[in-house]
Amino acid sequence: MSWGVHGMSNYILEMNNISKEFVGVKALSDVNFKVEKGEIHCLVGENGAGKSTLMKVLSGVYPYGTYSGDIVFNSEVQQFQDIKDSVNKGIVIIYQELALFPDLTVYENIFAGNEIKSKGRIDWNKTITSANEKLKMMKLDVNPETLVKDLGVGKQQLIEIAKALSKNVKLLILDEPTAALNEDDSENLLTLLKELKQQGITSIMISHKLKEVIAIADKATILRDGKTICTLDAKKNEITENNIIKNMVGREIEDIYPKRNYKNFGNVALEIKNWSAYDPSLGRKVVKKANLQVRKGEIVGIAGLMGSGRTELAQSIFGNPKSYGIEGELYIDGQPKQLKHTYEAIAAGIAYVTEDRKGNGLFLLQDVKQNITSANLQEIASRGKINLNEEVKIAKQYKESLNIKTPSVEQLVGNLSGGNQQKVSIGKWLFVKPNVLILDEPTRGIDVGAKFEIYSIMNRLIEEGMSIIMISSELNEILGMSDRIYVMAEGEIKGELPIEEATQENIMEMATA
Amino acid sequence: MKLLHEAKGMLKSNIREYGMYIALLVIMLTFTILTKGLFLSSRNISNLLDATGYIAVLAVGMTLVIVIRHIDLSVGFAAGFLGAIAAIMLTQMGVSVWITIPVILILGIVVGCFNGYLVAQLGIPAFVATLAAMLIFRGGLLLVTEKSGTILVKDEIFNAISNGYVPTITQVFGLDLLSLVIGLVVIIIYILSEMKSRKDKIKYEFDVMSKGMFTIKLTFISLIIAAVTYILAGYNGFSWTVIIMLVVAVIYHYITTSTVIGRHIYAVGSNPDAAHLSGINVKKITFFVFGSMGMLSALSGILFTSRLQSATTTAGTLFELDAIAAAYIGGVSAAGGVGKVTGSIIGAIVMASLTSGMNLLGVGVSYQYIIRGAVLAIAVIFDIMTRRKSA
Repeated sequence: MSWGVHGMSNYILEMNNISKEFVGVKALSDVNFKVEKGEIHCLVGENGAGKSTLMKVLSGVYPYGTYSGDIVFNSEVQQFQDIKDSVNKGIVIIYQELALFPDLTVYENIFAGNEIKSKGRIDWNKTITSANEKLKMMKLDVNPETLVKDLGVGKQQLIEIAKALSKNVKLLILDEPTAALNEDDSENLLTLLKELKQQGITSIMISHKLKEVIAIADKATILRDGKTICTLDAKKNEITENNIIKNMVGREIEDIYPKRNYKNFGNVALEIKNWSAYDPSLGRKVVKKANLQVRKGEIVGIAGLMGSGRTELAQSIFGNPKSYGIEGELYIDGQPKQLKHTYEAIAAGIAYVTEDRKGNGLFLLQDVKQNITSANLQEIASRGKINLNEEVKIAKQYKESLNIKTPSVEQLVGNLSGGNQQKVSIGKWLFVKPNVLILDEPTRGIDVGAKFEIYSIMNRLIEEGMSIIMISSELNEILGMSDRIYVMAEGEIKGELPIEEATQENIMEMATA
Repeated sequence: MKLLHEAKGMLKSNIREYGMYIALLVIMLTFTILTKGLFLSSRNISNLLDATGYIAVLAVGMTLVIVIRHIDLSVGFAAGFLGAIAAIMLTQMGVSVWITIPVILILGIVVGCFNGYLVAQLGIPAFVATLAAMLIFRGGLLLVTEKSGTILVKDEIFNAISNGYVPTITQVFGLDLLSLVIGLVVIIIYILSEMKSRKDKIKYEFDVMSKGMFTIKLTFISLIIAAVTYILAGYNGFSWTVIIMLVVAVIYHYITTSTVIGRHIYAVGSNPDAAHLSGINVKKITFFVFGSMGMLSALSGILFTSRLQSATTTAGTLFELDAIAAAYIGGVSAAGGVGKVTGSIIGAIVMASLTSGMNLLGVGVSYQYIIRGAVLAIAVIFDIMTRRKSA
């Protein structure tokens, strides 16, 4: 296919001088964003740079009139009043949080809200046939009669795309589609996007994973502080990690991982031997005969794909909130311990920062100070009465030392950006003054700048003699931060690597063994 | 000028909280005008507050139950049933009132913990568990009142709980002296505690309200307490019901705003999974909240039985829905984690004011239900709108 280069514009989408203001805050100012037909265009920027806002303007979530500037789609000026208008024109957004119905089948999900009707009744036969067509088009090997909840997260994400295809999508927008996916599933998704590109579908992808951007983008537009910084072109070899980061943060970051000069390992702080966890709801062991130890002043990385039992291992150590059947021994500072509840684990000096800060980490309806003190209220209470002033003081200290960007410690945590929420989550667990800190995906879904800050905090804690266990799906992060690495697969610890011997290749080999 | 600016800021950031007080004020003013002052008469306000008592204490407990994302449908008939047991103990068994009351309150806690057990330990949805309990208590109430029908209570002390007033020592200018003293003491305690809290904040070098604003606030609240005292002192003074209601409000306000267990309750309501992972014993909190609800049901039963001076076969009918409505009007969020006990008490007073005002105006009972339903809907809509704005 060739598109006319001369005269007529090649652009399927032009957003010109878009400005959008929330009460007192300019979220977008004079943003220009142009997407050519048939390309994969990545939109990158730190959290709060305005990417999501821009996409919400485009899709009509913020209706015409609430922003200024023009949207030209397919050479027509558009004035979307709501999402329906943009969907009718062929613009479909897929959000980070999947909007699927877990208890319905794949084909019901694909056509949910877009049912094939004849005479007012749903034509199920036709629905199943068309669902099959879409799945085939995507080279996706899934039985359309499967319930969505029985599919993995990766496949579910692809079903979302199938759903978009059922709406005759012309411009597909993906908001961090791989944030929750492991490397394999991410790979599949990116392949699919290229496949769709062949079929003439234009995609816009928001992503924090620079590797992906480099691998897939024809163009990348970078936003910072609500302004367009530049658009990089793959054909001109402009899309490089350095180039993106430089423009994203407005400063050079030589190394994404801050240097740690201090290495001084002490005694073993926590050790498990022959540790198994049986999940009664799944009817199988999620952790099998694991042996692991972490010393004072050490960062131990746990690598592995999603579903390899990393989170289950961490939670089974941390007071076993899911009530697994536990076998094996747990030693803290050499003393055997049995931790039956999370409060016993906390008392034993363990803290666990969850991978899902919104789901089970933070109290979004409560403010920053209440979140920070929530796991250790006893510290600021006497005879059951909380010293509310002391609470504010402590919260302010953490706001300062962790550089939490919030107007005040009375701000609801739900109103903060992802990176700042993560800092609150870490602050909450630092306030219990743990000896062993378990971080489960500590930088998921947060931007490069905030990542760097969190890594620096980790280094500072290590110098203070804390032990850190870091679970991560990002191999770079594992390699960049750990002193020693355990690799998990299928609930087992498949191997242990000193950092000097670890490479992406040998980790992946163990993880997929 | 600066003060006005500060007041504006305060009003803006607390619109949801103040909204309810303003609504109550508007309702009271409207009825006062429509009834040519009758509504605001000492006698009417006194009766109105006494009629609120047994619902208000339920609403306080219900607030916590809804905050932790549950519901308790059994409270109405639990109150009716426990009230009947109290009547039986006092009359047929001849137990002293000083033993009866604590026994009934403890029975209430037991009943509540049973609900708590079904919900927390067995994981039965609270709606179903307490619906079952509601049917059981209804049956129990009919069973114990079957033989005798209405049980008349003749114990004077017991009946005084909902019909008596603090003793009149003497009157000054036709006002009850002891009540005036109580009002004065409340004002003094209020001002002292506010000043101490301000001093503490300054010690911590936190921002505080400007001195002018602080004085205005103290004066304003003191005037309201004084006005209520004045009105009540003009009739029979503070009734024991009002005193009980105040004590329950103060205790629960303190628990919810200043204690570890209170904070844990809101944490569980805000995000139960996160609460568990924060080392909070979610089951224990659930037991506590249902146990407290049971105790307040018992208190409500005592207040109602005392008010009627008898236990009837239908006592407690629909109390639970009145309590739930009061809590929602008071700004409790159905999604959990948000709500204040003071709000729920105001919610109960709003409902009682509507009933009282409409009764004075001679509005038919059918219209009364419709209007109360509309007010409930408007309150919840207002709550959701303001919440959306602040998010």
